[in-house]
Amino acid sequence: MTMGLASEPSAIVVEDVRKAERTDRIVGTVQRQGAPAVLIVVVLIALATFPNFRSLDNTATILVAAAPPMLIALGMTFVIITGGIDLSVGSLYVLGGVLAAWASQYGILAAFLLPLAVCGTIGVVNGLLIAYTRMAPFIVTLAALLGARGLMRAISSEGSDTYLVRNDAFRKLGNGSFLDIGYQVWLVAALVVIGLVVLARSRFGASVYAVGGSEDAASLMGVPVRRTKVWVYVLSGLLAGLAGAINAAKLGSGVTVLGTGMELDAIAAVVIGGTLLTGGAGTIAGTIAGVLLLGVIQNLINQVGNVNSNWQQVISGTFLALVVVAQTYLVRLRRVT
Amino acid sequence: MSTETVAARPVVDSAKIKTWLPKYGVYAAIVLLVVYNIFFTPYFATWSNLRIQLIQVAPIVIVALGMALVIGTEGIDLSVGSVMALAAAFIPLYLGYGVIAAVLVALLAGVAVGLINGILVAKVGLQPIVATLALFVGGRGLAVVISEGKLVDIRNQDFLYLGSGDLLGIPVLVWVAAVLVLVVGFVIRRTVFGRRLLAIGGNRPAAELAGLPVKRVLITVYVVCAVLASIAGLLSVARIQSSDASSVGLLIELSAITAVVVGGTPLTGGKVRVLGTVAGALLMQLVIATMIKHNLQPSTTEMVQAVIILVAVYVARERKTR
Amino acid sequence: MALLEVNDVSKIFPGVRALDQVSFTLQPGEVHALVGENGAGKSTLIKVLTGVYQPDGGELRYQDQPARFGTPMDAQQAGISTIYQEVNLVPLMSVAQNLFLGREPRTRLGLIDRKRMDREAREILTGYGVTADVRRRLGTLALGAQQMVALARAVMIDAKVVIMDEPTSSLEPREVQTLFGVIRDLHARGIGIVYVSHRLDELYQICDAVTILRDGKLVHTGKLADLERIKLVSLMLGRDMAEVRREGATAFSGTATGDTEAAPVLRVSELNSRHKLHDVSFDVRPGEVVGLGGLLGAGRSETIKAIGGAYHLDSGDIQVDGQDLKKPTPVRAVEFGIAVQPEDRKAEGIVPGLSVRENIALAVLPRVSRFGFVSDGKVDEIVDRYIERLRIKASSPDQAVGDLSGGNQQKVLLARLLATDPKVLLLDEPTRGIDVGAKAEVQSLIDELAAEGLGVVLVSSDAEELVEGSDRVVVLRDGVVVGTLTGADVTTEDLMATIATEAHP
Repeated sequence: MTMGLASEPSAIVVEDVRKAERTDRIVGTVQRQGAPAVLIVVVLIALATFPNFRSLDNTATILVAAAPPMLIALGMTFVIITGGIDLSVGSLYVLGGVLAAWASQYGILAAFLLPLAVCGTIGVVNGLLIAYTRMAPFIVTLAALLGARGLMRAISSEGSDTYLVRNDAFRKLGNGSFLDIGYQVWLVAALVVIGLVVLARSRFGASVYAVGGSEDAASLMGVPVRRTKVWVYVLSGLLAGLAGAINAAKLGSGVTVLGTGMELDAIAAVVIGGTLLTGGAGTIAGTIAGVLLLGVIQNLINQVGNVNSNWQQVISGTFLALVVVAQTYLVRLRRVT
Repeated sequence: MSTETVAARPVVDSAKIKTWLPKYGVYAAIVLLVVYNIFFTPYFATWSNLRIQLIQVAPIVIVALGMALVIGTEGIDLSVGSVMALAAAFIPLYLGYGVIAAVLVALLAGVAVGLINGILVAKVGLQPIVATLALFVGGRGLAVVISEGKLVDIRNQDFLYLGSGDLLGIPVLVWVAAVLVLVVGFVIRRTVFGRRLLAIGGNRPAAELAGLPVKRVLITVYVVCAVLASIAGLLSVARIQSSDASSVGLLIELSAITAVVVGGTPLTGGKVRVLGTVAGALLMQLVIATMIKHNLQPSTTEMVQAVIILVAVYVARERKTR
Repeated sequence: MALLEVNDVSKIFPGVRALDQVSFTLQPGEVHALVGENGAGKSTLIKVLTGVYQPDGGELRYQDQPARFGTPMDAQQAGISTIYQEVNLVPLMSVAQNLFLGREPRTRLGLIDRKRMDREAREILTGYGVTADVRRRLGTLALGAQQMVALARAVMIDAKVVIMDEPTSSLEPREVQTLFGVIRDLHARGIGIVYVSHRLDELYQICDAVTILRDGKLVHTGKLADLERIKLVSLMLGRDMAEVRREGATAFSGTATGDTEAAPVLRVSELNSRHKLHDVSFDVRPGEVVGLGGLLGAGRSETIKAIGGAYHLDSGDIQVDGQDLKKPTPVRAVEFGIAVQPEDRKAEGIVPGLSVRENIALAVLPRVSRFGFVSDGKVDEIVDRYIERLRIKASSPDQAVGDLSGGNQQKVLLARLLATDPKVLLLDEPTRGIDVGAKAEVQSLIDELAAEGLGVVLVSSDAEELVEGSDRVVVLRDGVVVGTLTGADVTTEDLMATIATEAHP
């Protein structure tokens, strides 16, 4: 190599680095702000076109409807950031609802603790299998989907029994409101804030990102990879169970037929919120925007009236595909250096 | 020799079992279950029972064949259930133009989905699970939108023949599944496409360096898988004599993956066991049938299925060397 | 007092003695070069030092205590850190997060104190010449900066020994100087450094001592200043300067076969790929074997892969038989008659789960089939021909290639390449990891093929094999062609002298 070669590239490098920094900023902004921006645009359009959208009532309706999906998506965000996926949450949601309704006869505490205990246990099983046997998360949680559904049917006479909520306090939690906004919304909001802080500001949160970003590097850097994985599935199970309980409180019964596709809605919301399905990046704030966006769209579909509500899934799927493809290209842009 | 074997025996045996179990375990399990049923289940060894079992398992076998091909390339296709729903949604819309038109449209829907999946995997470079997730999420919704959420009864006798007719005393449905099994088996063993598929699944960098058209093969695999799923979808509609996009093929991806894995095809790619896949589907069917005959509730069968899946995947999983 | 001692350490893998009673000593504050060609045992030694492998014999002593590291974590906690070529950090997390992962400063509430973390990260990294915003994702930094972060992290967790595996392979010259500044600083702080690299200039610039491995054995250890460059190269490549060149140690005939008048079958001009190749040009005539010489990382494999369409080129022209191979891809390269035998047989060559038959026929399937159906007769014809010609030993053509010996796997791979009727054969370490008998067979096969008129490009770390096998040797260093040996100059001495010439005279 000659001296000429040795000194010339530096200028190019500086230029490259500047370009990389710029791309990085733009890409980072798109990833972080994409979902909130779309949400704002959709809300503005809705405000302009649907007179009913404006009412406080409607806002409250959207928030109440979004509460259970928000909880599920919250847990899913942790799971997906570790590079995993939890397909069992839809079943756990239904199971949680049935268990809560049944247990409400023993008091409000039981109505919460039983679904949390059972769904949390299934989460532990998921987590242990995924972390310690290296089986693929999708297959483990798909099996758990089936298992949890079986369990739900087993305790409800093959899905034919609907347990009514027999506890006034629990019932009130579902229907009552504070400042015109349902209790469950406040509860979910509190949990989301806790989740946000945990993910962004705790060592556990840092481990979640590290495991998803590069498992090998994380374990070399001393991150407890397996423990972190187990915990995110436990968290996901607990939140799905809780979401079921909240929903049971709202409906006044443990409905056995809901919940199919709930896991897919949650995944869609999380991904639309900017979390990488391959793991390592994502935020709770994005997930909030994703859930609200899907909630608003559902609300609009309902307002139009004669439109098939299944457009929701089509829109979710399309969004999901677009976001995933866009992310792939954005990530590639960043890797140019 | 004799002194050594004492200590060595358990090691050798467990190693043998580890290679034997994924390969032949499924056949052994089928034999065991059949023998059990012949002795302990009333009316098991009857023609009518066999017929019902075969009719029920046929769509799963067809979907599982496509899944086996995809898994052979180290992929996965979660969207098969949605494809079945799409096929189901299109059938009543186009039956007016004749059975052939309706079938063609259903198959075309499969081709379209397969192309999207294949392009996302091969060209965009997404992980297969991520690529097929979008249609897993949106495909069924689209199907329900297309069918306007209605359950449509099908009365076209020609079409219903596919689902409930007999040919030489054997249900048409079973014939179709059998023919597809033979075709897929033949494709894997005897065609350029089949061999390329296995090479790509076995060692993708090597296949690329050898100049194989890797992307084209991958796209084709996803198209084939989706088309097989749409065939399963239209046959299901013909069998239950009604089209309900919201329920056709629900959770079939799980049954299909189970059949493939139980049949000894590794999730790590490079191998496709066609006969094993059929056996895997039959085994799961037998397990369910046996439990139902012994008055176990569907809930119990679901939980048992979940355990079987986990055990099968656990046994078949490649041990990481690192 | 020695910081780290390796005493007679051996490591045996099935069929291979990867380390054979290797010893060396690392003093505090010493920068110790560890060199050797591929397969010499460097990576195995590093893995033993860092707890990835357990030695099968011998002893490690760390700070005058016998040491045994069960896992990489154990080694790291004891103070032995490794900076890998591919940086082992989390690219999607911020620079500061990477630096502090697992030991983040926390507020009274137990939450991570972001401000303090970022501030401290900035202070620490300034000392390493990294001025980028510490809140940026690590993966967006230039590789040199990423490596600095890894280094800073290693030092932060009280490393006493830092192992650097080819740290400069993807760095800009400017970044290399920064790295050296940091190394000198570590040196002053008494930290011992094991420095793995093949860039001789760098070794002489920064290292105090050197240990040379070859074929798993220790061939030399001592002060670097006492060792001439040419001596270093000959020790690495396995030839002693005093040793007389033994003709015929390889199965090559040694006679030139190339027709010097004929038009080149392969013409490569000005291949450029960032960091790796700079204006690499050479010709290969029909019947000629052109060797690519140089040390590991000189750009030999990259050149071969680039010609085969499997390595990204920023610019450059490739002509086969006078025809331009524009935008090379593996598919187009095969169409043009280029056959590449990759260096890593298992990862990129054979498909281990498929049979010998299927592997050999893999690249020519369209030719042995009609309407997409493979004709077994035609496949057998080809397979039988090559099994016989290359003397492939398999229990049957249906045996899985993964179950064959290394030599037979290599022959299967070569059979696959030859079945495509190539015009140019690019061979990257064709005899690595195969037994002596197979080695001789492969070598005479290369001669035969050249005699039949193929253009052959040969890469080999075995200087003797390269020199005896090639009619001409193009010598690469750091991605640049630094010389071409022709005629009587094709000798190991000349090869080593060319490799050892200083880059900055």
